[in-house]
Order: sequence, then structure tokens, then C-alpha cells
Amino acid sequence: MHGRPRKPLKPVDEAAVAAKAEKLRALQSEFLSNHQNKIYSKEAVELSAKLLEINPELYTAWNYRKLAVQQNLAQCESDPESVNSILDEELKVVENALRQNFKSYGAWHHRKWVLEKGHSSMDKELGLLDKFQAMDARNFHAWNYRRFVAALMKRSDEDELEHTQNMIDKNLSNYSAWHNRSNFLSRNCSVLLSNLMKKAAPGFTSKDEVLTREYELVREALFTDEDDQSGWFYHLWLLDQTVRSEFPLLVSSWPVEGSDISLPAADYLDGCASMNVFHYSSRNFPLVLYFNQSVRGVNSSTVSVSCGFNLNIDLIWKPLSSTDSQSAKVWATHLAIPDAELHSSEAYQVEVKVGFSQGIVSTTGVAYSHPSQISFQLHLQKTPLESGQDSRFGRIQWKDDCFAVYEPGSAEPDLVNLLDNLTIKNEVESTASTWQARIIDDETNIFRDLLDCKIGKLTVARLLTAYNSLRPLDKPVHCKEVLELYSELMKLDPSHYQYYKDNHSLVLLQQVTSSKESLLSRCFHYRDSTLSTNGSPLCLRLNNLAISQLGSFEKLLWVQMLDLSNNELQSIEGLEALQLLSQLCLSNNKFRSFTALESLRYLKSLKVLDISQNEIGSHSIDTTRYLFRSPLSHSVGSCDWNINYLSSETYWEAFFVLKDMGLTQLDVAGNAITSKSFNVFLEKLLPTLKWLDGVEVN
Amino acid sequence: MSELPQYPPIDPTTFDLIVIGTGLPESVIAAAASTSGKTVLHLDPNPFYGSHFASLSIPEFNSFLNSNSAPPASQSCPETACPSDDPNLSIINLNCRSLYSDLEISSFSPTLLEECSRKFLLDLAGPRVLFCADKAIDLMLKSEASQYVEFKSIDASFIGDGDGALLAVPDSRAAIFKDKSLSLIQKNQLMRFLKLVEGHLRATAASVGTDVNQSEKGEERETASRISVEDLESPFVDFLTKMKLPAKIKSIVLYAIAMADRDQENKEISKQVLKTKDGVDRLALYQSSIGRFANASGPFIYPIYGQGELPQAFCRRAAVKGCIYVSSVEINPNLEFQSSGNYKGVKLASGQELFSNKLLLDPAFTKSSPTSSPDDSLCARFDFLTAQNVKSKVVKGICITKSSLKPDVPNLLVLYPPQSLYPEQSTTVRVLQIGGNSAICPMGMFVIYLSASCEDVAEGKKLLNRAMSALLSFPDCSESSSIASDENVSHPVGAEEGKPTLLWSALYAQELQTTGQSDCIASSPTPDGDLDYNSVFHATLELFQTMYPDTDLFPATNPSDEHSGENAES
Repeated sequence: MHGRPRKPLKPVDEAAVAAKAEKLRALQSEFLSNHQNKIYSKEAVELSAKLLEINPELYTAWNYRKLAVQQNLAQCESDPESVNSILDEELKVVENALRQNFKSYGAWHHRKWVLEKGHSSMDKELGLLDKFQAMDARNFHAWNYRRFVAALMKRSDEDELEHTQNMIDKNLSNYSAWHNRSNFLSRNCSVLLSNLMKKAAPGFTSKDEVLTREYELVREALFTDEDDQSGWFYHLWLLDQTVRSEFPLLVSSWPVEGSDISLPAADYLDGCASMNVFHYSSRNFPLVLYFNQSVRGVNSSTVSVSCGFNLNIDLIWKPLSSTDSQSAKVWATHLAIPDAELHSSEAYQVEVKVGFSQGIVSTTGVAYSHPSQISFQLHLQKTPLESGQDSRFGRIQWKDDCFAVYEPGSAEPDLVNLLDNLTIKNEVESTASTWQARIIDDETNIFRDLLDCKIGKLTVARLLTAYNSLRPLDKPVHCKEVLELYSELMKLDPSHYQYYKDNHSLVLLQQVTSSKESLLSRCFHYRDSTLSTNGSPLCLRLNNLAISQLGSFEKLLWVQMLDLSNNELQSIEGLEALQLLSQLCLSNNKFRSFTALESLRYLKSLKVLDISQNEIGSHSIDTTRYLFRSPLSHSVGSCDWNINYLSSETYWEAFFVLKDMGLTQLDVAGNAITSKSFNVFLEKLLPTLKWLDGVEVN
Repeated sequence: MSELPQYPPIDPTTFDLIVIGTGLPESVIAAAASTSGKTVLHLDPNPFYGSHFASLSIPEFNSFLNSNSAPPASQSCPETACPSDDPNLSIINLNCRSLYSDLEISSFSPTLLEECSRKFLLDLAGPRVLFCADKAIDLMLKSEASQYVEFKSIDASFIGDGDGALLAVPDSRAAIFKDKSLSLIQKNQLMRFLKLVEGHLRATAASVGTDVNQSEKGEERETASRISVEDLESPFVDFLTKMKLPAKIKSIVLYAIAMADRDQENKEISKQVLKTKDGVDRLALYQSSIGRFANASGPFIYPIYGQGELPQAFCRRAAVKGCIYVSSVEINPNLEFQSSGNYKGVKLASGQELFSNKLLLDPAFTKSSPTSSPDDSLCARFDFLTAQNVKSKVVKGICITKSSLKPDVPNLLVLYPPQSLYPEQSTTVRVLQIGGNSAICPMGMFVIYLSASCEDVAEGKKLLNRAMSALLSFPDCSESSSIASDENVSHPVGAEEGKPTLLWSALYAQELQTTGQSDCIASSPTPDGDLDYNSVFHATLELFQTMYPDTDLFPATNPSDEHSGENAES
């Protein structure tokens, strides 16, 4: 069935085909008239069987048979023998149809339908499947049906696991068998997990034993034939099972534990232009919780916020996710400080308690069970007014000579402290990960022997990356090696360049964000003639890194000004976690559409955006759009889809992403989409805009 | 001339070809010649078909080897010097020499074997199997001789060591995957090597243009994967070393897949160093044999009712095409020559003269001592018929047990590569176990064939004895009625755990001789020391081509031949 070349029909066959078609047409029309007239006589039913044997793809005929069976069953309900003979007949018809076409959806479905009526036996069905699988061991119809039968007949997972083992022994290149294995194991793993949580029943194999055994098996396959890809997928799946934490945990937050937050005093609130780190120009500032996986149930009852002053209202937590309105990895709320409550001389302690009461649950249903607490201090700070009154609206220029290397120590000791505490220490995580670390360590050592081939390199890179992900608190190790491996793979296997490039980017970002020192080396003061040194904002510059994908957001929650220019980015997915972001430069990347910038919608503080010199609009077909529900059904919210003020429907993507944003400065030049009418559209869409492509907006 | 009953004279008396002996080469040539329309007379002094390729019951086996093991000198007939009646004819007397020597039979359970001694079919030319994809199978299909034979699959093959442990030969991807004895990296190395060879073969096939389908896929990669000409001419063992294969893998590839006979590492001792191109061809044969027939589990098959079925099948084929058969003929033929020196015919012991254009002789026939010949120059031409002082021999062993070497695996092959039994071992010992399901012995019993090439019979026997003690347990010697006991090798007393107990064994040496030919007279090859029939068939086909250069060997009659062959596998 696989790898067999299709033979062209011989001319002799063509004549036969024509004759067959003629016969089929006659049968078909007779059948249809039976169907329309609801004739379920013996002859009529036999006719449909004959038809299905020739053409099993005729869904109408299968449905007709279902109707006929239902009617016949109703007539002989009391007689089990005739019930059996009716259903047996159906199984026979299906079997004959499958002989004609093994891959007929209709036939397999009909068989399931019969079985669901409580007919046939497991042995008989498995016997039939064995026959079919001997012909084509990978056929997914047969495997699907096998799972159905095994579930229906409650065949034990062990038996089924052994069956997959036998199939793999016969031919290790059997994706279906490996896949089926992962099906049983993922079910088993969750069973195992729940047992572990109930203080594991003695004698029950633990998850690490199961995983170790599976690693051994797939290792044999990978070493035996490194070119056979069926095992690769299984190994990747196993690795994911190993590192994935079942327990939802809080990874990082904003503000960071133990930090001092300065807020402007009421008097200076509006006039203050300070964008210094941790100094807010607004007294409405965000709280962000970053979890290790998507969770739901984050609300004012599961997360309690207490401070020295009265908040009056319940905080509303919002998931930062475009695909799911119920769950997300990152949750945010905004703390509005009432003017009257604060005294400028005092520091107020704020405590955020997460998960002390039940309710936060992972998408797989595991409850958040490791309560954590974040405390930080709030200050009021009287900042003198800047001399240049309008500096707030001065144009930000993303030029190298506008940035000066950040000198730590003097002005902001807070930053240094803060970068030390970016990650929340979860004790559970570090103890639970010992066996995973051992498995991955062993596996890495074994695969180092296979470093001279593609899968060896890729597997070692994946394993080392996985190893680091198990130890979020420690400095990642082997980053250099992993980066080299991905670079080699990009050269070795150009057809999967983008995949390696993306992974390379993620590791590179992990490396950059891994330590205080490396982060500080990428921090710059933005200096502009219009701004005094005191008020110069701090910018994290991740430009010119050739990255194609973004990551390590949990380490970047504090960033207000970010330069990602001159990379190879196609998407900014995940950037929505950076709730403090007010200036962002994305110029000279590879964005192809506004939908690739969808995360911007969640960045409510964003004022300055540079998306110039990209490819927005150059691709008439936006591939990311397929991930997206249609523009009209999409949650455009209280859509004032006002055609009047939109110059053209073609800008709907820009409209969707940019509307409601309080941008004061926007650069879009150098994209295919830019035109005079687009600029007009933007000016209408963004009333707050002061600068568009370097030109002051009136 | 003798007291033997007079046979009715053979009629007609003139043939295109007279063949004496029904060994496999003789039978193939008789069938081929008959098929191409030649008149053929096929004679055999034995009462059974197959000569040196026969499968015999224990009594037949005993009497055949005993009669044939006698010193050749005693066989010489007094009549050899008998002068010709016709002065125009010169005569060369032929003797029947023995190919076998050093026969040694031990029976440890005489009563048990007495009851069923006739239910055994012991191969004289064992241990021998067929590769599913080898020439012998192709020829059987082509000649339609396959319709007379059915085969059993050899279930597994193993590499043995001196301690009696048997490790499955990792000969395919599935076998390598399942193997428990190889390390991960060894699996990888072996599989990579097999893929390299496969790639080379595909690339070669593609460049020849014979295999269009294969060449379409990934041609770029394939052309790069060719093994260089330089490497192909180098010794296979050097190529394996160059590919950085560890000793264990090399040994598997050389002796269990490429089936090398002699120690390849020690090139000074070994005369037969396998070249890479030959090694690659043998690997190709092995790989293409796996899966050729749906119901053969591995690369090897064995004929039901024994190896003797193969010559018989060709004889039947020949008979269908008009070949005349006479067996149990007292032969001791005298060759008759015209005064010109041209061969004319043979004179049987009965005195009947039979004439033919060509003559093919069983390898056992030799010319009498030169003094009895009237014409020295005539004799010189038939030097190939002189009993050569053959150096290379193969020592064979046959053992009978009541249990299998591996539970639930009735038919299996075990290979002991050089140095696996002891350091001085210079040739491979091959062991083939065939069970009752192949109808060569009663159900529940097993026949184990062993062989090893050697220069010295004592050395060869020592090898076989070592292999036997590694695999089998010997019953208490006091109970045995050993006909000849070997003092050099001490057998452990009493049955060992798990090892099958030896009930009966035979050890013997066989001379190796290749084909010989002069003008119209040819001598067929003896069974060789190989595990398969490839060399025998190769030599036979060459012989046929030199005998009948203008004749096609089994010209294709109808294209449905292949099917009959596949049906034969059951």
C-alpha cells in the first residue's frame, strides 16, 4: 500500500471500465428509486449490497442500509436470532466493501455503527483487523477502527501496547503503531499521575519507569535506522511528556517579588514625562502573572491582592490570549491607585497571593496547588517637571547614536535587584525534576554517539534544551553547543531551515535573558537632544540578532522600551505578556501582514511603534489569516466597522490590530501597504497620533 | 565377466550424450540437453537418484559411505587391461574412486534408531540450503523442475560461540531493531553499512538502466553513494575496516551474511580472500532473498524430503523430455576411442557398447594407472580424470537428536566464524538443523549437519567436535556402542542442561574437485564446501555452455513460470 507505484490503465482496461460504469449506473438508478420510495424488501436491500460491493464510496447506500436495518430490527425485536442474522449480514456487506476499497470511510463507519448496536465479538473484529493490517500495516482506517473496537470491548491497554510492539518489531517504520502507542501511554500517564498524587499504589509502575522503557524502545529504532522518521516523532513526544510539568506553576510576575515601585505624586501626574524604569507616568499600573502553562480560573477570588490602602473594587483579571477567552499562560489586571488614599511620604506594601484558594486549573484539569505570594512596595515620588514641556511628544528615533550603554550602579540600583529575581522559585519544580533530569541526561549521553547525522544533532539539541527547561532557576548550560548544532543543521538540511532557525532563535534569547549580566549588556539609555539625562528611558535592545522567533517572555515582563529591529521575525506572538511596553521597534523584519502583529492589541500602554521596512502587504495571500476566524465573525468587539471612515476594506487587518491603541508615534514606511490613502486611514484610525513616518500630524 | 545378473541390453545404443551419475550437475545437464532436443542416456550405478547429492536412510547412508570409503586401490578391476577386440579402437579403463574418507559413526541409542532408521533422509552434501534469490531457484523455475519440489523456510540463523550461546544474526532492519546483543552504536554502524551497500547496488543498477523504478527516487544521493572501484577490488575485510566497523560487526558481515569460508583477517593463512565486489554481491543475494517468497521468513529455504529432491526433480524433468534412465548399472566403463583418438563410446561392465557424441562422468570416476593405457598421448589428454592428489577437503558431520538447539525453532542455521571456537580455527563451521516438519526424520527428532573446510582431516574433525560439544551433550560413553572413538577429544560425560543429547553421529571427509573437460568428455564437479548451490550451479552452467556452446539453457516456454515456483513454497 505504501511505496507502490501506480500503474497506468491499459487500453483493455478502459473498455472494461466503461462496461462497469454502465452496469453501475443502471444499478445506481434502480437503487435510488428504491431509496426514494422507501422500499426495504429483501431484493432491494440485496441490490444495495451489490452496489456497495462495486462502489463502497456511495454514502447514500450506506445510509439506506441503516434505515433498512432499523426498520427490519423494529419488526423482529423479540427474536434475537433474526436480529443477529440482520446484523451479520451488515458486517458481511462491510467486509466485502472493504475488500474492494480498504480505505472507504463509509464502510468503516457503517461497521462502527453495527458494532455500537452491541453486535460482533472482539475476537472476530480483531481477527479481521489482523488480516487487513497484514496487507497494510500502517493504514490509519484500520488503526482508528482498532482503537474503536479496543475501547468498545474494553480491551486492556497492556494487550494493545503489546500489539503495537509486535507491529513495530515487524517494521519499525510504522507511524500508526508509534502513534497508537503514544495514545495509550498518554492515557496511562495521566492515570499514573493521578495515582502518584494519591501517594502511588505500591507495585504500580511509576511514570519515570514507563518513560524509561519507552525511551529504550524508540532509541533502538532511532539507532537502527536514523533515516526513518516514524521514531523521531515518538521521541519528540516522549521528550515533551518528560519535561512538561503536569502541575501549573507561577513562573514570573510583574511587579517582581521585593521590588520598589515609584509612582508619581498626584500633583505631578499629568505633567510628568519620566519614563525611567519603575517610575510610572500613570497611576494605573499593570499586574502580570506568568504561568508555566495555560490556566483558567484566575480571578479576584483565586488571586487576592492586599495593600495598605483601600482598593474598593474587585480586580478584573484578563487572559492574554487571542485564541481562548477562558484560559491563558499570562494573566493581567490593572491596579488603579485612588488619589486620595496615598501619602507621598509613605511606602505601601502590596501583597499578591496566588492560589491560596482553589480555582486555578490547567487546561488538562490539574489544579494549581502551590500557592505563591509576591510582595512589593509602592512609593510616591515627586518628580520635578521637565524643562522641555513638550518632550513627551518628542519623536523617538531608533538610531544607534541615540543609545548609550547602561551603566549600572548609580541611578537605578532597583534594576540590578530586579533582574536577580525575575524567576519565581518553585521548590516543587526543582525536586520533581530530578528524575526527569536524570532521564534526559542519560539520553543525551547516548545520543552524543549519533552526532554525525541529522537526527543525532537535532535530538541532542532538543535534549539539551529540554534539560535547561527543567531548571528554570539555573543558568542554562550548553547554550553554545545547542546554537552550534542548530547552525550546522541549517546548513546540512536547508529544506527545514526555518524550523532550525526558529529553535536557534529561542535558544539565543534564552541565552541572552539567562543572566543579569547579559541582560544588562543589552540595556541602553535612550538619549535625545530633547530629553534630559534624568528622564532618559531605558531600552532593551535585541536588535541585529538574526532571530526569527521570540521567546523567554517570562524574563522580559519589566521591559518598557524594546528594540527588535533588524531581525528575521515573522510574528510577535507572546509579546502581549510585556504589559509595560510603551515603545517598540520592529523595523527591518519579515512581517507580512498586520495579523502577524495581533499581540499589539493587548499592549495598552504602547505609545510608540515602528514597523517600517517590513513586507506588510506584499503577499496578497496572508497565510497567517487561516489561523484566524473570518474578519466578520472575529471578536472585533463592539465593532464600529464604519465603512464611511475606512477608506478601504482592504485595510481591515490594520484596523483590527491598531484600533483602540493610543499610539502617538507610528512608522510604517517601507512596506508594500504604505500609500497616501493608507496614511490617511491611519490618521483617522489613530486620533492620538502625533508623528506618522517622521512627519508631525496636525 | 561377473556373477551379477545380466541386465537387458540398453536400446538404442547411440546417443547425443551419455551421462553417468545422477548428481545435481549431471541431472541439470541431462535435463538441459534433453530439453534442447538431444538424445540422452542417464546411467547411475546406485539404486537411488542423486549420487553425491542424494538424501539417504541410515542403512543406505552407511552402506554408501562404507563402500565408497574403501581404499581406491582395491576397487581396480582386473579386466582393465583387457585389450580391445577391434584394433582400431583404443581403450581407457575407468575406476570408481571414493570421494569420502575417515568415516566415523557413533550410535548412542541403537534401539531407538533401529526402529526408525529408514525414516531418515540424510543429505550427503549437507549442510546445504538455498538462498531464495539464488541462481538455483531461478534455474528451477525456468526449467520447471520446481514443480516437483516443495520447500520449508529456515526459521532463523545464529552466530555461535564456544560456550554454546547462540546469537541471532542481525541480517535485516527488523532483526537489527529487535537484537538484544548489539549496542546501540553497533546497530547504527551495521545498518549504515547495509544501507551503503544497498545504495551502491541501486546506483549500479540505475546506471546499468535495468532498474528504472528504483533510480527515479533520490538519484542524486544514490550516485554519491557508490563504492569506489578501488574499494571494490580491495579485500572485503579491508573495506569493512575502512568503514570503521568493529570486530563483532565485521565478523557478522563476513561469516554470517557474506558466508565467507576462511579466515579473512589472516591473509597469509587464508587463500580465499573475499573481494569487496564479491562481498557486496553476496550481501545483495542475502538481502534480495529476504522476502522474495511470502511464506519464507528468512533468506534460506530447504527442500522438503531433503536435498536429494533437487537432482531428482531435474531427472524427472529430463525424463519428461525423453531422457532414458537406467539405474543400478554395474558400470566400470571403459572408454573407447577411435584410432584417430576421438571418443566413440563406453563399454559397460555387462559388455554392452554404447556410443555417444559426448560423455559426462560422475566425479568419482578416474582413469586407471597410466601403465594400463595403450596410448600415452591419449592418456595425457585426459589427465583431468586422473585421481588428483586433492588437498582441500571438507569435513562433514551429521548428528541426530530428540530436541532442538533452540526451542520452537525446528529449522535453523548456526555459524561459527573463524576463531570463535578456539584461536587456531581458520575456517567457518556451518551447522544446519532440520526438523521433522521437513519430512527428513520422524517428527520430534532433528538432524544436525555440520561442515568445515580443511587441509587436514584431523584438524577438520577437531573443529566439528568442538562445535558439537558446544551445541550438544554427549551421552555417557559406557552406554555407547561407538564404532570408532576419537581419543583426542574428550566428551563431557552425562547430559548437560538444555543442550540436546546426541543419539547418533557420523563424521566423514569429502574431497573437493572441480569440473574437468577435454573434447567430448567432461567430469562434473563434486559437492563443494559452500552452504548454498551457487558455485555448483555456476560450474554446471559453465560446463553446459562449453559442451553445447550454441544451445540455450532451458529456453523460456511461457511467462507463467514464476507462479508455479511461488506455489511450490508452502
